[in-house]
Amino acid sequence: MSEAAPRTAVPDTAALEVTGLCRTFGAVRAVDEVSFTLPAGGSLGIVGESGSGKTTTARIVVGLERADAGRVLVKGRARAGGARGRAERLARAREVQMVFQDPYLSLDPRTSVEAALRETLRLHFPGADHQARIKELLDQVGLGTRAAEALPRQLSGGQRQRVAIARALAVQPAVLVLDEAVAALDVSVQAQVLNLLADIRERTGIGYLFITHDLGVVRCVTDEVVVMRHGRIVEAGPTATVLDDPQHAYTRLLLESVPRPGWDPDRIAAARRAL
Amino acid sequence: MNALDVRELRLRLPGTARPVLDGVDLTVAPGETVALVGESGSGKSLTSRAALGLLPPGAVPTGEVLVDGRDVLTMDAARLRELRTGRAAMVFQDPRAAVNPLRRIGDFLTESVRLTGTMSAADADRRAVELLDAVGLGPELMRRYPGQLSGGMLQRVMIAAALMGDPVLLLADEPTTALDVTSQAEVIALLDRLRERFGTGLLFVTHDLGLAAAISDRVYVMYAGRIVESGPAEALFEGPRHPYTAALLSSTPRLDGPTGRLAAIDGQPPDLRQELTGCAFAARCRYATDLCREEAPALRPAPGRPGQPAACHHPLEGSPADV
Ligand SMILES: Nc1ncnc2c1ncn2[C@@H]1O[C@H](COP(=O)(O)OP(=O)(O)OP(=O)(O)O)[C@@H](O)[C@H]1O
Ligand code: SF4
Ligand SMILES: [Mg+2]
Repeated sequence: MSEAAPRTAVPDTAALEVTGLCRTFGAVRAVDEVSFTLPAGGSLGIVGESGSGKTTTARIVVGLERADAGRVLVKGRARAGGARGRAERLARAREVQMVFQDPYLSLDPRTSVEAALRETLRLHFPGADHQARIKELLDQVGLGTRAAEALPRQLSGGQRQRVAIARALAVQPAVLVLDEAVAALDVSVQAQVLNLLADIRERTGIGYLFITHDLGVVRCVTDEVVVMRHGRIVEAGPTATVLDDPQHAYTRLLLESVPRPGWDPDRIAAARRAL
Repeated sequence: MNALDVRELRLRLPGTARPVLDGVDLTVAPGETVALVGESGSGKSLTSRAALGLLPPGAVPTGEVLVDGRDVLTMDAARLRELRTGRAAMVFQDPRAAVNPLRRIGDFLTESVRLTGTMSAADADRRAVELLDAVGLGPELMRRYPGQLSGGMLQRVMIAAALMGDPVLLLADEPTTALDVTSQAEVIALLDRLRERFGTGLLFVTHDLGLAAAISDRVYVMYAGRIVESGPAEALFEGPRHPYTAALLSSTPRLDGPTGRLAAIDGQPPDLRQELTGCAFAARCRYATDLCREEAPALRPAPGRPGQPAACHHPLEGSPADV
């Protein structure tokens, strides 16, 4: 697919550069020649339905999954392989952090928020005093001292997602990968977390790779977007352009599928079968 | 007669400081689609489950829940079983959790009507195949296992199962949350066709305002166990009267809304262990006054808008633009 070809003239300051990523599971091409660039401090959305390859792409970027082919550069350096020693390995691990849909599963149920942050900081920055940094992180995500002493189960969904974000920020990553990170939250809490993420990006210049099925969320938090279907990128561009003037039939289908007054589910169902 | 008539439903749970449902009034007419929206914990599921007589252990209800004119709260076990296999049925959020993976789809579909003896095995099979066809699935599915079906297909099977007993009332609790957007459209289109064809009243529970606006005739908005506003979908979304409805609308990221920061609502809904005096939304409301904190507002219509009552001392009466 020509749209997916590596772009030229990418400034070498890109937070993330993904080129020709492929991954096959059995007979399924989960990720097929996927390329995109996330500028430093930028926010890129990946949209598509379940099974379109979004999460596999994210997992490869984070290093939780290997690619059959392709390349992932973070701040111009190869992500996989070549790390010498523990310090360098940790430094690489730091560069890309991930926040999942259900923070509950990624938090230790027996560890308080503050202790979890301290543990992460100790691992990555041994020897330093972390009290001030912990306070700063909690402030940054809008958690008070009461929440700091709480165990994950004593927190609401929105608070837990804030903890997960604080922990990811603790190691000062270049890229934050958010996989359906606000999908399980109520609209009012979702709005709080989305605003928080916008504030953090403004302040820290961390780049976001935002994986979501919600086009309203994409419009709200990303500058650029790629649309994936069956493992491939079918359309890519500035978010406003793609959403206002979609070129690919699948992008149009996704847009029409968003419920709103006057919505015609019958037509969408027919369009889906035709595609 | 209404498919569903909930009157002054109040529900207390053990170990709580206030009723989890606090005087809920709600109706669904035959063939009508009604959305019940609200955030997590507001009491949507408790309300819809009450229509099947499904109450949490230790719950003490008062009020009335009439399905097709008969009060569910006073039914004995036999009557309730009859209700659940006949006049009222429910489609849940996660179809995988609601089926036994080791049993064939055909057995799953026909089980309840066979157990209650409402139909012979042959009639039940015939009805199941007919309903599979109505939800766009072939008769060969009768012999398949749940694991062989996609989430969207399985949800259609659940809808077919719900219709087996010819219900007058279908309760759908977030039936599309686990589905992709395009399969969501397919399931909604299907529910809508069936509602029209069978005249079933549909109570659709969702936290998605866009979806509620898109599919329903009327909407109820719930907050902390109370209905805070109700009305025709369009009127409610174009001109919300309750500050909570307005705040929910403006905190939803939309394709046609403004870009940039969302107008988030600060804080959280009140905890059940906390007693409430006055309006439950007061702590988060920018229009709150002393009156709001002292006296719970009753659900009242606006002059000239009889169909859109709101429970607020200072309802928004302006145009949607200045909310
Ligand atoms: N079986 C139960 N025992 C005790 N408390 C319960 C039980 N079921 C629900 N609750 C409580 O009742 C309140 C309302 O719950 P309900 O499930 O109706 O909310 P909801 O509006 O459906 O939320 P969601 O959007 O998360 O599904 C919550 O505070 C919940 O914790
Ligand atoms: S009654 Fe008062 S606090 Fe409650 S919603 Fe209305 S204005 Fe706000
Ligand atoms: Mg619920």
